[in-house]
Amino acid sequence: MTTTTPVPAETTAEPVTAAQPPKRRLPARDRAVVITMILIPTLFVVVLVWVPAILSVVLSFGAWNGIGDVDQIQWVGTKNYADIVDIYPPFWPAIQHNLIWLVFLFLGPTLLGMFLAVVLDRNMRGSRFYQTAFYMPVVLSLALVGFIWQLFYSRDQGLINQVFGSEVDWYGDSSVNLWAVLVATAWRHTGYIMLIYLAGLKGVDASLREAAAVDGASERQTFFRIVFPVMRPINMIVLVIVVIESLRAFDLVWVVNRGTNGLELIGALVAQNVVGEAARYGFGSALAVIMMLISTVFIAIYLRIVFREERR
Amino acid sequence: MSTTLEAAPGRRRTQKPPERAEGGALNAPRGTIATVVMAVLALLWLFPLFWAVLNSFRSYAYTQANGYLSIGGWTLDNYRRVWENADLGKYFVNSLIITVPAVVLTLFLSSLVAFVLARFSYRFNLTLLAVFLAANLLPPQALLVPVYRMFREIPLPLFMSETGTLLGSYWGLIAINVAFQMGFCTFVLSNYMKTLPHEIYEQAQIDGASVWRQYWQLTMPLVRPALAALATLQVTWIYNEFFWATVLLGGQGDKFPITSALNNLRGQFFVDYNLLSAGSVLVALPVLIVFFVLQKQFVAGLTLGSTKG
Repeated sequence: MTTTTPVPAETTAEPVTAAQPPKRRLPARDRAVVITMILIPTLFVVVLVWVPAILSVVLSFGAWNGIGDVDQIQWVGTKNYADIVDIYPPFWPAIQHNLIWLVFLFLGPTLLGMFLAVVLDRNMRGSRFYQTAFYMPVVLSLALVGFIWQLFYSRDQGLINQVFGSEVDWYGDSSVNLWAVLVATAWRHTGYIMLIYLAGLKGVDASLREAAAVDGASERQTFFRIVFPVMRPINMIVLVIVVIESLRAFDLVWVVNRGTNGLELIGALVAQNVVGEAARYGFGSALAVIMMLISTVFIAIYLRIVFREERR
Repeated sequence: MSTTLEAAPGRRRTQKPPERAEGGALNAPRGTIATVVMAVLALLWLFPLFWAVLNSFRSYAYTQANGYLSIGGWTLDNYRRVWENADLGKYFVNSLIITVPAVVLTLFLSSLVAFVLARFSYRFNLTLLAVFLAANLLPPQALLVPVYRMFREIPLPLFMSETGTLLGSYWGLIAINVAFQMGFCTFVLSNYMKTLPHEIYEQAQIDGASVWRQYWQLTMPLVRPALAALATLQVTWIYNEFFWATVLLGGQGDKFPITSALNNLRGQFFVDYNLLSAGSVLVALPVLIVFFVLQKQFVAGLTLGSTKG
């Protein structure tokens, strides 16, 4: 991932003042301090994130119920992957649900959040109030969002059924529960996206906008010629955030029914294979690796954008 | 975004020309439409929380008899029952035990890396940043098996963990939270530190200040605004963290932080929805207070990371 970004960021970060001092060697003590400052945090990340990531890949080629020691592992090659694709019933539904999740997040809350940001960025009475209303759900945990929406979705006590006289178990019925969960997610996701775009729109040059107005540009022209270009780098960041969020989605379906019966998601399947009674570590790892591979592509994109910005 | 580079952080806020209040006014008819649409949407957005608060103050007997669409049956009893029966106090303390050290440690460790990244230009800087940032974005589920198993193998003395292993202890949970959150904080802090004028370090060097002093006495006080913003954000995130707490403290329901505990308690104690509402409101309260009191910090923290500066 890192090979795509060969130029160190600092060289151009502050072109005038930052001509960093020529490489004077630090005194021995300072050098030891610098090494320690990097080493301890790096150790944390390497031991707790990167080593497990590699071990996930290794374990995915074995069969292990987790009870015995490591030498109990039988190496089975790519059998776990073959099994996942061929004979693991929840896998394809999970993939499908993750994809629906992704498309929905884009077409629903992401576009809405973008729209809200563009409107609220204007001089508008009560803009602060509206912003607060939209991003208040962002501070709540997704698990909590699941509970709060249960007050709408419950079959016997939920508001929706009481208002419409229906008898749908919105969280339980496998033909609708994915959509119920998605609406709850959207409630939280919209404000987050709005916030990101609002921050980005602060970068729109006001004088450009005024000049456009003086020249008689229409609102539409102003938006597409002046505002939208500013939003382009943010679009990419948002794209990556949305993809990664949809891939990671877990909390909501776990609190509803542990990711079963219409709510299968890859993240939940991994957990089911590890913390359940019948632990299948190799199998769970193979699922995890599939997740990791998909996310790696988007992490790489993200890092590229970030580092390109950095160099500017 | 590039404008922040030339100014010290202290002057940031004044940089924006004061006459530009957001993106310019809308003309009258558009303005009216926009206001109506926004007002309707905002009310829609506030409604779920409002509904939870409303029903948390109503007695179950009343809502059962008259349906939830009725008005009346006001009571504080749900809160009393939730607090006493479900022992919520204990879980709030657990959340505190996890959140405070995790946030402090995250900020401290990432400020160390951020300082080195911002202060020196080593060839490995970009790689290092990538190592941290990518770790932040990996799906936690992808690491579950090895982390779970590793934690089960690592023994801890009993006074540190009743289970005798890292699994089921706060130490493990705090460590994993720190490891996951460091990427974001390192990134934000190093960007912020890069906006500090380089001359202050040259001066410090002439004065013979050691690297540690440059970090602790010179840089850290100057990045306080960024630290405050990040702290606010991290407190909410770690308080809200659900996945690791649920799986790593799995067998130890007593040790759950409040967010995971609520899920556990649902079947046992929250038999009706008025109680569940009261429980939800109580769990939401700390983050909502943080949000309203430190709104500016919270927003600043989020936006610092998503777009630079």
